[in-house]
Amino acid sequence: MTAIRLRINGAAVADDVSPRLSLADFLRERRDLTGTHLGCEHGVCGACTVLVEGEPARSCLMLAIACDDRAVETIEGFAGDRVMEALRRNFHQHHALQCGYCTPGMLIAARDLILRRRAGSEGEIREALAGNICRCTGYTNIVTAIIAAAEEIGEEAPNA
Amino acid sequence: MKPPAVDYIRPRSLSEAIDLLARNGGEARVLAGGQSLIAMMNLRVALPGLLIDIARLPELAVASDDGDAVTLGACVTHAAVEDGRVPDPSRGLMPRVAANLAYRAIRNRGTIGGSLALSDPAAEWPVVLTALDAEVAVHGPNGWRSLKCAEFTTGIFETQLASDEIVESVRIPMLSAEARWGYLKLCRKAGEFANALAVAIADRGRNYCRVVLGAANGAPLVLEGTCRLVGEGRRDDIRDILAADLDRAAHRHFDEFQRNLHIVAAMRAVQKVLQ
Repeated sequence: MTAIRLRINGAAVADDVSPRLSLADFLRERRDLTGTHLGCEHGVCGACTVLVEGEPARSCLMLAIACDDRAVETIEGFAGDRVMEALRRNFHQHHALQCGYCTPGMLIAARDLILRRRAGSEGEIREALAGNICRCTGYTNIVTAIIAAAEEIGEEAPNA
Repeated sequence: MKPPAVDYIRPRSLSEAIDLLARNGGEARVLAGGQSLIAMMNLRVALPGLLIDIARLPELAVASDDGDAVTLGACVTHAAVEDGRVPDPSRGLMPRVAANLAYRAIRNRGTIGGSLALSDPAAEWPVVLTALDAEVAVHGPNGWRSLKCAEFTTGIFETQLASDEIVESVRIPMLSAEARWGYLKLCRKAGEFANALAVAIADRGRNYCRVVLGAANGAPLVLEGTCRLVGEGRRDDIRDILAADLDRAAHRHFDEFQRNLHIVAAMRAVQKVLQ
């Protein structure tokens, strides 16, 4: 076991981990942050997407031990984040989820898309969401919700 | 699945990483972005005894431009290339390639050096960097050596990298203002590995032409006949010349479908540079 210290959703965390423990399992089983979902466990489905140092990353393809001294944000975080607030509200309003399994990763990917390039066109959003698999919705309402959230945020997007 | 039991060390310098690699023989694997290696561990295809994590080494994150070429450290991420956070020697080709490589969450962590070291036959960088005539610098216990990308990858997941060497950087010659490039990746879903991948470069300013195929059942395949055709600026019998190039690569054992995909990808890439 190796000691690690990191920030999760803004709070300092110290723990001991075995090197083989993925960031996803660390979050879910050791920190009880079960909003991070595991689908494929090889980087394809996107359900486990979290932010590491502010950038989306697959938590199934990162070892917890490699996150020593890093800042991690999970779907339980984002308190006061205007883009995430707009996305959550629009996902609700536009019925952009059914079973909800993909939703945490979908929201984190969508937030990044709005911040980096104001979401882009419908085609660009669909292409970007190829890395987040949803088997319920057919994506139509997800894309609608992201476009609506991006329009709400508009000029406010700090990096857009 | 979950990664198997493994030891983990994060060295503080490249020389420490090379020492660790030398001392741990075939047991150790170098971990950069981990976007293939951890996936392969989760699938139990890779079973290293020790991971040597080089992702945070500052000497591998460098990017420099000396006027003739751009040198990118091995741990420069695909996203950094996509966003133009590192100098671009390729007049837009490399950012375009990076933007269509896997998914953003993967691009944020996956590295150019890792892609070369693994040399997945369907991966973008070995093909694109071969087309750009780049050189890979590798570092081992006996020092430093440099290899042309075209020779570095020798087969499917096979390279000239010795088990005690680490990819340190890649040096990419600068395309001139007259250069044109064509790039086409065929895959059924955005972000997937390519079914066919073609890069064409015609740089009259440097008298340089190259056409390369990826996802080609082996190392990146340089199409010599097509290169000559592009060099002469001819566009008459592209398909025949391409077909002849593929006939010469009979040892790649393309089936009819793959052969057609490669021809379509190469034709479209070549047409871009001949326009």
